[in-house]
Amino acid sequence: MEDRMEYQKYYVPESSKFPIFAAISLFILIIGASSTINSLDNPESNASLILYTGLACFLATLFFWFRQVVKENNAGLESTQLSQSFVYGMAWFIFSEVMFFAAFFGALFYVRTFAVPWLGGEGEKGLANILWQDFEASWPLINTPDGGKAFVIAAKSMSFPGWENISHWLPIYNTIVLLSSSVTVHFAHLGLKKGNKKTFNAWLAITVLLALIFVGLQALEYYEAYAHFGLTLNSGIYGSTFFMLTGFHGFHVMLGGLMLAVMLIRSVFYGHFNEHKHFGFEAASWYWHFVDVVWVMLFLFVYIL
Amino acid sequence: MSSVIESHHDDHHHGPAKGLMRWLLTTNHKDIGTLYLWFSFAMFLIGGAMAMVIRAELFQPGMQIVQPEFYNQMLTLHGLIMVFGAVMPAFVGLANWLIPMMVGAPDMALPRLNNLSFWLLPFAFGILLSSLFMEGGAPNFGWTFYAPLSTTYAPPSVTFFIFSVHIMGASSIMGSINVIVTIMNMRAPGMDLMKMPLFVWSWLITAYLLIAVMPVLAGAVTMMLMDIHFGTSFFNAAGGGDPVLFQHIFWFFGHPEVYIMILPAFGIISHIIETFARKQLFGYESMVWAMLSIAILSFVVWAHHMFTVGMPLAAELFFMWATMLIAVPTGVKVFNWVATMFKGSISFETPMLFAIAFVVLFTIGGFSGLMLSIVPADFQYHDTYFVVAHFHYVLVPGSIFSIMAAVYYWIPKWTGNMYDERMGRLHFWLSFVGVNVTFFPQHWIGLAGMPRRYPDYALQFADWNMVSTAGAFLFGASQILFLFIVLKTVLGGKKATPQVWEGARGLEWSVESPAPYHTFSTPPKVN
Repeated sequence: MEDRMEYQKYYVPESSKFPIFAAISLFILIIGASSTINSLDNPESNASLILYTGLACFLATLFFWFRQVVKENNAGLESTQLSQSFVYGMAWFIFSEVMFFAAFFGALFYVRTFAVPWLGGEGEKGLANILWQDFEASWPLINTPDGGKAFVIAAKSMSFPGWENISHWLPIYNTIVLLSSSVTVHFAHLGLKKGNKKTFNAWLAITVLLALIFVGLQALEYYEAYAHFGLTLNSGIYGSTFFMLTGFHGFHVMLGGLMLAVMLIRSVFYGHFNEHKHFGFEAASWYWHFVDVVWVMLFLFVYIL
Repeated sequence: MSSVIESHHDDHHHGPAKGLMRWLLTTNHKDIGTLYLWFSFAMFLIGGAMAMVIRAELFQPGMQIVQPEFYNQMLTLHGLIMVFGAVMPAFVGLANWLIPMMVGAPDMALPRLNNLSFWLLPFAFGILLSSLFMEGGAPNFGWTFYAPLSTTYAPPSVTFFIFSVHIMGASSIMGSINVIVTIMNMRAPGMDLMKMPLFVWSWLITAYLLIAVMPVLAGAVTMMLMDIHFGTSFFNAAGGGDPVLFQHIFWFFGHPEVYIMILPAFGIISHIIETFARKQLFGYESMVWAMLSIAILSFVVWAHHMFTVGMPLAAELFFMWATMLIAVPTGVKVFNWVATMFKGSISFETPMLFAIAFVVLFTIGGFSGLMLSIVPADFQYHDTYFVVAHFHYVLVPGSIFSIMAAVYYWIPKWTGNMYDERMGRLHFWLSFVGVNVTFFPQHWIGLAGMPRRYPDYALQFADWNMVSTAGAFLFGASQILFLFIVLKTVLGGKKATPQVWEGARGLEWSVESPAPYHTFSTPPKVN
């Protein structure tokens, strides 16, 4: 303790049970996930129990781990330097998430620019057309090259339906909701910086609400796609890219929304955060802005263009 | 999980905890570094045993020892284990041990995350290895797991493989975030970026590459999972996808990945040559810029792995020229190492022997890479043993020699004991002869047209395959000697001084040997 008075000592916990618990839970989780997926066509299988056990253990570990970090923070163990480590850590974590989405956007651009036109007989590798000679390239790709033998042909895509139908088009509402939520989380931040906790709590609550609305609308859109348009994961490469991109985005919205909700609970019920110390919230808001930017890309390249 | 208030009043330094719990719960960068290094050594021996199965089968033409199906599993697991289980964790282990000491930090920036990064690995590899005993056998599609071999035609264990790759990726990403944060945030006052030891620089760049490409690999295996089980058609042309798309995504990860496995080696070799040539490293700044250039170029050369897959001509030309560009910064490094040795007072202790062999043999691997970058020539070399010879020259006497050099160089600092110099040199010479006898003839049989990844081959390749197998068993056996030397050093030996090597410079040599459990709780002064 005396040391820390003279200069800010970097806090290194002597040992911790959290990481090994997290590793064991993930081990159970992936054994469960693999076994469940491998026995999807076997209704007798109980493998999903392993999956849920692993998931529950993992979430519990994360809960206690984060709680411990918050406690340490409140006990004043955090130096400016340690806080800076969290800032860098979060920034690089978001960069890794950017690259994860880059893989799926890359796949989308590749099939739209190269693979599908080649299968339709265009361009330098148009020879690929000999595989399915009746196939005509188009995007959104509704008729699959094999004419719907192995894959399902959807009735309709989720793309921009034209200005006259725009009021019935869900993604435009989703865009408005998510873009506004980025603004509201920023207002919350501004309020906090001025030390106004009431403003902060109110805007943050509105942001969490908008996140919920977004997820609800997204669920509605998926329902529409499956039930009314016959557009599924099985609908060829359009369905594959559509559901994987929007699906992973939706999952990240849930994660970001959960982070913001935790911050809201911490602020309202435990009185955490003030104008100087609030990186937990700031990290969650960065994540939220990142999710928003991904949506803008999705709106542009999956829905509009 | 004792509460904070209880635990921090006695947080001044005590030594390590006792027993197994020390290793399971540790947050100490030296403990975690040790865990990583031993884990990677175990994986090196397991992956090596699989290589012995492969070489034993190839000793003679015809089928001798194993079934083709099992041969494919050995080939796949050998590659996966050596890349993700041996080479990468060994470098992370070295990073853990050395980076905090080299930059004057008390530990890694995020110690608990550090523990998690390590402990995910034994579980991930446990699952991967257990697939050998599953119905349909282990993954059998090669370490590059091209679709549709890894999707439509894969054994059921591919699902376990996919999730274990996810876990390995998570481990790498967390480890890399830790390395970057440590380097950006934990340097002692006065340790400017351009004063950092080159091993630290090499890891800063490596960690950046890892964070950029491991998520892409996660994306690739996720698409496989969806294609296999959930009806998507990313890699299926019948639904409008493309199997070649898999290769593009894989190699967008895969090419930076091969630099991930060599950049830390560049750092290590720079330190060792500087020490044993007793001269300041020639061209420090150009070394940094060369590594940065290599890292940036690594993102725009991936399709040189797929010249024969049927790409438009413009793509072939672009990737050929971009690949050739990499020879420039790599050449800068090789010339700098040679210039450092020039007129130095060189002594040839074991680390230096490995380092000099690295410079020579890695350069051979680099040159054969340059040959492979030429599109029309690659049409002949592609998927032959020439490629096998090329990448084993950069990985075995490249990456692995650098790891061995690092172990001999820093083990006195880790254990406080000197290794047995005579046995070290014997290990070097056996490895050096073994590796060349194994892989040099593979250039010739490759040029003569022997395809890779088959358990059988035409009669005219018999002689050199026999030589190659003899070399492989020599190399394999000499690693048992390495294990013995390391154990002997851990248990005892001549006491090491703090500086250990006459020409050694850097913060890690300023602390006693063995390095105390906690170093630099107060930041040192750096001039």
